Amino acid sequence: MTFWVTQALNGISFGMLLFLLAAGLSLIYGLMRMLNLAHGSYYILGGYVGLAAVRVTGSFVLAAVAATATVTLVGIVMERFFLRRFPEQELPQALLTFGFLLIFADLSLWLWGGTPQTLPKPEIFERSIRIGAIVFPTYRLFVIAIGLVVGLGLWWLQEGTRLGAMIRAGVDDAEMARATGVNVGLLSTAVFAFGAFLAGLGGIIGGPFVGVYPGADFEILEMALVVVIIGGLGSLKGAFVGGLVVGLLDNFGKALFPELALFTVFAPMAVILALRPTGLFGAR
Amino acid sequence: MKALVAGGAVALVLLVALPAVLSSYQLSLLTKMLIFGIFAMSLDLLLGYAGLPSLGHAAYFGVAAYTVGLLALRVANNFWIDFPAGLLMAAGMSALFGLFALRTRGSYFLMITLALGQVLWGIAFGWRSLTGGDDGLPSVPRPRLPLPWSLTDGVPFYYFVLFFFALAVGALAVIASSPFGRALVGIRESERRMEVLGYDVWRYKYVAFILAGLFAGLAGTLFVYFNGFVSPSYLNIVFSASALLMVILGGAGTLLGPALGAAVIVGLENFISGYMERWVLVLGVIYVLVTLFAPSGLVGLARQRMRSSGS
Repeated sequence: MTFWVTQALNGISFGMLLFLLAAGLSLIYGLMRMLNLAHGSYYILGGYVGLAAVRVTGSFVLAAVAATATVTLVGIVMERFFLRRFPEQELPQALLTFGFLLIFADLSLWLWGGTPQTLPKPEIFERSIRIGAIVFPTYRLFVIAIGLVVGLGLWWLQEGTRLGAMIRAGVDDAEMARATGVNVGLLSTAVFAFGAFLAGLGGIIGGPFVGVYPGADFEILEMALVVVIIGGLGSLKGAFVGGLVVGLLDNFGKALFPELALFTVFAPMAVILALRPTGLFGAR
Repeated sequence: MKALVAGGAVALVLLVALPAVLSSYQLSLLTKMLIFGIFAMSLDLLLGYAGLPSLGHAAYFGVAAYTVGLLALRVANNFWIDFPAGLLMAAGMSALFGLFALRTRGSYFLMITLALGQVLWGIAFGWRSLTGGDDGLPSVPRPRLPLPWSLTDGVPFYYFVLFFFALAVGALAVIASSPFGRALVGIRESERRMEVLGYDVWRYKYVAFILAGLFAGLAGTLFVYFNGFVSPSYLNIVFSASALLMVILGGAGTLLGPALGAAVIVGLENFISGYMERWVLVLGVIYVLVTLFAPSGLVGLARQRMRSSGS
């Protein structure tokens, strides 16, 4: 019983982290039909910059601000000066963003070395709560709370605000949205920057329990891609449900069948694909 | 067309004559270029002809390499069994993955080929008792053939690879110029038009997918014999993406362009790694530069040059 509850909690908190990453990936694709393979790089950049900032300032909050600001800026530069030149051309986008993935991976290795590192937790979440025989680390609960808050916030943004209506219009028909006066160019940069921000936030949030290390960019990217494939590109609900599914599959897979760890994530993905090629909540 | 055939003949004569002037180190580099050239050309059949950008092409290369490596090490080093088994596994794997991947297009196709490729990477990485995990399979022997020369020597092995390279170029040239190859180009340009014309588009794409896997498998079998070693890194996304880069750098949809792209990347890696540790960084910059400045590849650039000087 303890095993199942603890693993489920771990799976859900990892799922919330994946949601932060997949939401950005999915929104960016939805609005711009753009696949950003450097999305995992934003995770490690967030983690490493956060780590450096924590060492200087000693504050988790300041580190989070520094990390997300840096990653958001990187995202804006990538979108404005590079990706914008290749609208709706998936192959150049893939090559370009893969190039950035390699550049960031090697720069991080150069600057921060090859040893896996973890971010210190904020002090108030160092403790654990005990309920009966089960011990909950409060940090995991904090991660779940962040995921829920971001999820609700995004849902409200998309369904309840003018900005959200503009984004939805852009997703459905960019040309039509442009014709009705929506500045789709600016909107695209804003959404891309916001996606990068969420991924950078993921680096900060995931830093204390997943850690940052060479290769984490690839692993996080692959996991987020599986989430998006399962949930459906462009769907926020899909990113949320997909994140939970993949987080749980990954955690129980690693705990129960360590030899086939990745397989327990990829095999269900293949099955869902075979049944629904556009994912659970994908439009087309 | 005549110029192409003449150029090909000159290139072939050069490739046959080169061992006379190259050091054994340079020859082994050239051997590697030829093998990766086959790999890049196999992906070009998908990308350049059928317009299908696969980000998981390493899967078929790696599956063939692991199959040959495992058979040669654990069962018997018998070329007539191991080699066809490697090709068969690659073709079988692409036949399986094609069923999933070809249900999608565009970015979904990229993502799904990537994810399927990573499944195999995950198995090679995790199933240590079979694959050796991260350490890979070391000391895979070269094949023993009833020839007067031993393939453990550099020069005979080079000719062994060159034979298959020429065979692959010939086969791909026949495929590309056949009605089948023309239909693939038609599908790349407009799937709907081909459907209206009565083509079974899915079947054409599926056959192209399997053929591309088969030739990638050929490259994989030759590589494991050449290298004597295979590890999960020959199954992963970095290797798959480098194949895409080779194709684009050389020129997608041209037969020999991708082989040229492969030679450039293999050569650059070798050259730059000799001077500095930051090859990955340089490679990343190459991706960006090629996308920005040479989207139609070296062959495309050469054609532009010829056209502007000719007119």
